[in-house]
Formats: sequence, structure tokens, C-alpha cells
Amino acid sequence: MSSGLHIKGGRLVDPATKTDIHADLFIADGRLVGVGDHHGNGAPAGFEVTSVLDATGCVVCPGLVDLSARLREPGFEYRATLESEMAAAAAGGVTSLACPPDTDPVLDEPGLVEMLTHRARLPEFARVHPVGALTVGLNGERLTEMAELSEAGCVAFGQAHRSIVDTQVLLRALQYAATFDFPVWLQPQDKFLSRKGVAHDGEVAARLGLAGIPVAAETIAIASLLELVRITGTRLHLRRISSAAGLAMIVAARSAGINVTCEVTINHLHLTDLDIGYFNAHARLDPPLRSQNDREALRAGLASGAINALTSDHTPVDDDGKQMPFEEAETGATGLELLLPLTLKWAAEMELPLTTALARVTCDPARIIGTFNKGAGQLKLGAAADVCVFDPQAEFLVSRDNLKSQGKNTPFLGLTLPGRVRYTLIDGHLAYGETWSDISTT
Amino acid sequence: MLDTAANPQLNAHGELLHLLSIEGLPRDVLMRILDTAVPFSEVAEREVKKVPLLRGKSVFNLFFENSTRTRTTFEIAAKRLSADVINLNINTSSASKGESLLDTVDNLAAMQADMFVVRHASSGAPYLIAQHLAATQREHIRVINAGDGRHAHPTQGLLDMYTIRHYKKDFTNLTIAVVGDILHSRVARSQIHALITLGVPEVRVIAPKTLLPIGVERMGVRVFNDMKEGLRGVDVVMMLRLQNERMQGALLPSPQEYFKSYGLTPEKLALAKPDAIVMHPGPMNRGVEIDSAVADGKQAVILPQVTFGIAVRMAVMAMLGGG
Amino acid sequence: MPTLPDAETLLAELAAVMRPSVDPTKTALVGIHTGGVWIAERLRTMLGLIQPVGAIDVSFYRDDYSQRGLSANTKASQIPFEVEGAHIVIVDDVLNTGRTIRAAINELFDYGRPAKVDLAVLIDRGGRELPMAATYFAQATSLAAGQSLALERAVAGALSFRLVEK
Repeated sequence: MSSGLHIKGGRLVDPATKTDIHADLFIADGRLVGVGDHHGNGAPAGFEVTSVLDATGCVVCPGLVDLSARLREPGFEYRATLESEMAAAAAGGVTSLACPPDTDPVLDEPGLVEMLTHRARLPEFARVHPVGALTVGLNGERLTEMAELSEAGCVAFGQAHRSIVDTQVLLRALQYAATFDFPVWLQPQDKFLSRKGVAHDGEVAARLGLAGIPVAAETIAIASLLELVRITGTRLHLRRISSAAGLAMIVAARSAGINVTCEVTINHLHLTDLDIGYFNAHARLDPPLRSQNDREALRAGLASGAINALTSDHTPVDDDGKQMPFEEAETGATGLELLLPLTLKWAAEMELPLTTALARVTCDPARIIGTFNKGAGQLKLGAAADVCVFDPQAEFLVSRDNLKSQGKNTPFLGLTLPGRVRYTLIDGHLAYGETWSDISTT
Repeated sequence: MLDTAANPQLNAHGELLHLLSIEGLPRDVLMRILDTAVPFSEVAEREVKKVPLLRGKSVFNLFFENSTRTRTTFEIAAKRLSADVINLNINTSSASKGESLLDTVDNLAAMQADMFVVRHASSGAPYLIAQHLAATQREHIRVINAGDGRHAHPTQGLLDMYTIRHYKKDFTNLTIAVVGDILHSRVARSQIHALITLGVPEVRVIAPKTLLPIGVERMGVRVFNDMKEGLRGVDVVMMLRLQNERMQGALLPSPQEYFKSYGLTPEKLALAKPDAIVMHPGPMNRGVEIDSAVADGKQAVILPQVTFGIAVRMAVMAMLGGG
Repeated sequence: MPTLPDAETLLAELAAVMRPSVDPTKTALVGIHTGGVWIAERLRTMLGLIQPVGAIDVSFYRDDYSQRGLSANTKASQIPFEVEGAHIVIVDDVLNTGRTIRAAINELFDYGRPAKVDLAVLIDRGGRELPMAATYFAQATSLAAGQSLALERAVAGALSFRLVEK
């Protein structure tokens, strides 16, 4: 074996197998090759330790899997570049991510997808799984060449923040995707009910004089989609669920035998429309932050597994896009580096075991992307060594300086959050190390 | 769950730095503005209708949305305080989108502006300006909100309170109805916050369901869809302007039908107390929200509102402009 | 200052000093809020003047506005007679720096052009910062820095001074 890495003294948490033990990890040639005790036992035969990574006091878990991170390439390089956002991913312990198709140009041609995956193929970069456009230009009119796009590397098809208004096109798109068993990822939002709206249609919007988006914008879209899925049998993933009522519909549909998955964002898991405060543009999000009841339902739903995954919904926006009146500001928040701390914060507040909490950002989203069987989102012997080592006792101050992402836009700016990533390994390669001094080479 | 930042319009001692909204202003601050406006209303009676308080200060009327009427009242108020007034009408809807709001502010601040009077189509725009000035250590430049989106029009709310106090003396025994397009009205929001803060025991809003924001009752008002029921026994009727573009479409079928249900006619006004006063922020749509017989009638105090508006704006500017 | 001056005694003395120079049909008094107005009202009766008393609150004309802002409880000024061509006596309780009088004169001129303006005070305590002098005063005295005299009015109308230490 050419290089053997020994991750020593840590607490091994593998949500896929509900493992939470004190154990060492052995990595060789980019793969997990052994699990052992703290005395060096358990290394496979012939394992030669060339470097040791001290994980004392740290949790060693699968690298995080994020269902939505906008990398802003191609088209929006002034907001962020692949380099800056991949550094953010690594610093956040994220080793796999799906990126939505709303780039410029839109990811509706195989060449664009190939270019993106090619650009992203560097050892220290997280695995990038593009979500192809479901319709050309996301315009909701013509279907894209899904089979071609799938070959080019698309793991699913979606519309990013755009909806397909014409229900016949929507039906056809779902039917066509179902033909090849391609997953479809859609954000349920009725275009007409959300038109011009910038905030949850509730007391806060009424008080601040902001145009509202009612919960019905979400529930009506969910109702349509669930009915179409019942007809077509399409594998549907509902993105960015924001309301208690919407979640209840999904849960009810499942018990009626309609299988859909869904996700929530870190922002909606922790915040409500009250956090808009005095027109804080960082709280301008899509879908809008909703009421406290909605947030409590989302938190409970994610804990029970009714919501399958937690996403950073990483959306770097430059200052020019945010330093505007609330309703003119662009939507979105940076998130890759907040995904783990906000998972831990939620877990602590809900008193959840780490295996349950981390499942929502590792194995569960990997199943939705379809890479779980290839070893993503878990610590599986023989699989690629995508590993996150974090200190659960350390804290992360969310500040412009501390964020590696080019986007400094997040409503959590100024907050101290629990958990700090120490090392991120991708294919056994050290993609991020907060301090390198702990790594001894023998 | 986030720490909501401190109210940007008050300093650490609870004194007024900017006037951005009536919401969040304590009762004594509102009362002090109304009290201060009293001596300013006397200035208009003099041979020289001017006092030297803001001599040498530059007040920029920064109007991103056209409103000749509001701009004029601020201009008169500033000039009666001896300020130099610079009017800027910046049309944001023009095809060639110009510099950003904050770039404009930075430029004018570099011209030694002392006060910005801001009118903007987006709710919260004056907050953005005040927060930007604070973040760049230029809090000595004061901001007055002259109407932002649907959010607030605090000087209109204050002059309405001045008018009510002038005619009714005490706020704490009144029943007051605000009638019309509450949903889109910054005036209504400022009026409601002011009335509640000043202790009016019953504030009613009267409108069809399409013109009421969700959760409006949480602002402390009683909601009426039937105007006759809502007007019964009120001391003050505060009418709102119905914008032209809202008169027909999905919100309302026609101005005629609106007038039938929600127009203030002498017959409907007769349901209010005999000494009830009728207010309107102007400009009025006669025959849409108000009958001419009421607008020109004995109970209307619409023109005094305009006169009081100058004194109230002078008071606000004088309170913000000094040491 | 060993003993507090008696305001009522000074008022009588001031009226005596002024009597030879005022024309009961023409002279008008303008008191400066608040003490000056009380004195002016008393003087009007004592001197038998016909013109109503005017009242001035100099807040809008103060030269320290940009340092201290607008004072709370500013009162409306009321000049209930024609200023143009009038003989006006500005009335105040204590004359000190002269800045208040400067503000009062400026304000008065925004109502019109008087023929003549005089100044009457109970006490001239010196410490002038502007070239101002009282036409009539009842007593000249000096106060330590940090001390000032506040005029008070009892319910029955009697005036008295209170020493205020800063």
C-alpha cells in the first residue's frame, strides 16, 4: 500500500449503520480499509501507517452530502467561483453536493454539464452532482434531452426556483422522466400566488408592508404534484419545504402509498418571518421564512424522518445584490459552512442522537442523489474515504472573515454556532485541515 | 431566534435619531412631537413665516417615487426652518437603471447633506439608508421617511394624530375607524400604530377582504367588512385613498361598486357620532371613496390636516436637526 | 450673595423706575417665557397699560440649538398687538449673558419693525457675552458661576426667587 492514513482517537459516527463508537479509522489508497480500537488494533494486514491524524475529542463521520449548493458557475463568476465555493464546501465538511440548474446558461445541454463536472474534478473538490434542467432554459415549455444529460452526469432533473406553469407540460415532463426512472426534484410553489410576494403572508408582512406569499402557494403546488406523481409514478423529490401544511400533505400522501421525498433548508429549520427584523435583506429567502408553527413542524418532521434531508441551499449573493431594499434584494443565503453547525444546533435543541441528526446530512441525502449504494454518505469499508472530522465542543463564529465562501450573505452573521470542522477528506485526500500541525508523518 | 437589532431610529438614550416608522416609538416620543408642533403652527401666522433653526443646513428631498404634494409640504417645512432644500426626483423605473440607492446616498452625503427626506416605492428603503449611514459612522445625517412602499408614512400618521388631538383633545375615549385599502396603505399602518400607542381604546378597520392584510387584527384593530356596521358610533372617520390601478381587476370589480359599499356618503356618515370628524390624507377620489357632500361638508377637516402637516413636519425636522 | 432678593420688592421698584417712561396707551410689554411673562402681566396692571401682554419663547432663535437641540416644552409665542411701529418693552426676570435677549429681539423683528425696543429686568447679574444693557432694572448683583436664580409663582400669584446650584 502506497499511503496509509490513521485517524486516531476519535468518536466514530456512521448514521447509515447507527454506529457511535470510539474507534480509529484506517485509510489507504483513498479508501476506507479498516476500523480499529484506540490501541492501533484493527488495521488490515500489511497496512503501513505513513501519516497519523489526531482526532482526539472529535467526531469522525461521513463527509456531508448537500442536496443543493449553487456554485455560481457558469455565468455568475462575479458572485462566486468554483474555487471559492469548493473551499467553502471543504471547510464545511461537505464532500458531495448537488447543484441546481439555474446557471447562466442553464444546465440544459450535455456539453455544459460535462464542462462543469470536468472543471470540478480536482482532488480537493467535493463531488459535484449536477441537477439538469427539466425544461429548456427552465422556461417550462420544452423538455430537455434528459437521457443525454443523464449520460453527461446529471443525477436528477429540476427547475431550480422556476415553476412549470402549464400543467400539461408538467405532466409530460414527469411522464418522460418516469420512462427512464430519472428522479425529478421540484420546489413546490404556485407561480401566481407567489408573484410579487417577498415574505410569508402573515402578521410580519402585514406590519412591515411587504407583499405576502401565502402557504397556499406551497400546498396548492404540492397537491398538484402529488396527484401527478400518483398518475405517473415518477420518483419525485420536493425541494425546500417551508410549511407545516405542506409537510402534512406529504406525510398523508405517503400513507396513501405515494412515495415522495422532501428536504428543508438550514434557514427554514431555524428561522421564522420574525427574523426579518427591520428589513434584514439576509432574511430574504425563497421560499419565504414562515411562522413559528411552521418552523416547529419542520424541525419535528426532520427529526422523525418525515423530511428526508437537510440542505444548506447554498446561494452566494454579492453585497450589491443584498444591499438593497428588502423587496428588491436577491433571495438566498450562503450555507455550505453552516450546514454542520446548524445541524448540531438543531440536534442539541431537539435532544437528538448524533446518528439521527447526521443521517439527514449524510446517508439520507446520498440516497436521494442515488450515490448511497456507491458508498456516499457512509463509512463503508472498501468505499471512497469521504470523511469529516469535527470538534463538537468548539464553536464557529459566523463572520465575513471566517466564511470561505465568496458569499457573505447569511442571516446567521454574528452568531456563534456549535461545532467546527477540523479535517475534511475526499477520496482519502486532505481537502481541508484547520490546523495541519496535528498531522504527523511517520 | 436571531438577535433582532435595536430600533435604528432611536439612540441609546431613547431619543429620536431618525423618523422611519411610528411602530416602536414610545408614547412620550409621539406626544413630544405633537407638543412641539404646537408652537410651530404659530410661526405661519407671523409677518416673516420663518425661524432660523436649520439655517445653513442642507435638507435633501430624495424622492424615488413622485409625489409633488408630499414633497412640497416637506419643502415648505424645511424652508420655514431656514434650511436649504434640494429636491431630487429619481425615477427608478426608467429603463436605464442608474446607480444603486446606497451609491446615491453616498454621493449626496459627500455633498454635506444634513438630512434626507426619503420617499421610495420599496418598503424599508429608509431603514436601509439609516443602517448604511450608521455602518459608515455618519449618523449625524438624519433620515425622515416620507413614505416607503406599503410600510410607513410616519409624518402623515403624526399630522393625523395632531388633527385628532386638535378637535377631540383626548385620545383615550375615542372610537376611530380607518376605511379603505388597508392592504396597500402605508398611511393606514402608521395611523394604526399611532392610534394604538396613544391609547385609543377602539380602532376599527373597514374594508373588503381583498384589501385587508392577513393578520391585521394582530395590530390591535377590530375588523369590519360592513361599512355601516363599522361606522356606528365612531368619533373619527379616517378615509384612505384608493389607487387608480386597484379600482378594477382582481381586487375590486369597479370604482362604482366600491363607492356603493365603501364610499363615505352623508347617509353612512350619519351613523357615526353627530360630532364625528372626517379625515383624508389626499389626494381624494371624489365619488370613489368619498362623496363630495362629505368632502366639502362641515365635518370634514381635510384642509386643516394639510395646514397641520407643515407644523408637524417642522417639529420633526427641528427635533432631528439640533445637537 | 448674602440674602435671596425679594421678587415682590424688586417688582415694585422696577414698576417705579419704568413709570415715568411708559405711555399707558402705547407701550406694550413682551415677556420672555416663563418668568418674564409673569412679570410682564404684573407690570401691565401696575403701570395701567392698555396693550395686552405678548409672550415670547425664544427656543426657535437660540444660538445653542446645534449643540443642545430643541428644548422640550417649547411654547408658542403670542404677540397679540401690531408690532409695526410699536414701543415694546421686553421683560425678563434676570439678565445675564444677553443671548436670550438677542434671540428675543430677533424673533420680535419677524413680527414687524417696532419703533423702539427697551428691556426691563428684575435683576442684572452681569456676565454679559453680548453688548446688551437693560433699560430698566431693579437690582444689580453678582452670582457665583454655577449659581442661578429661578423665578417661581405661587398659586395666589406672588413671585419669589429660588437659588439653583448647578
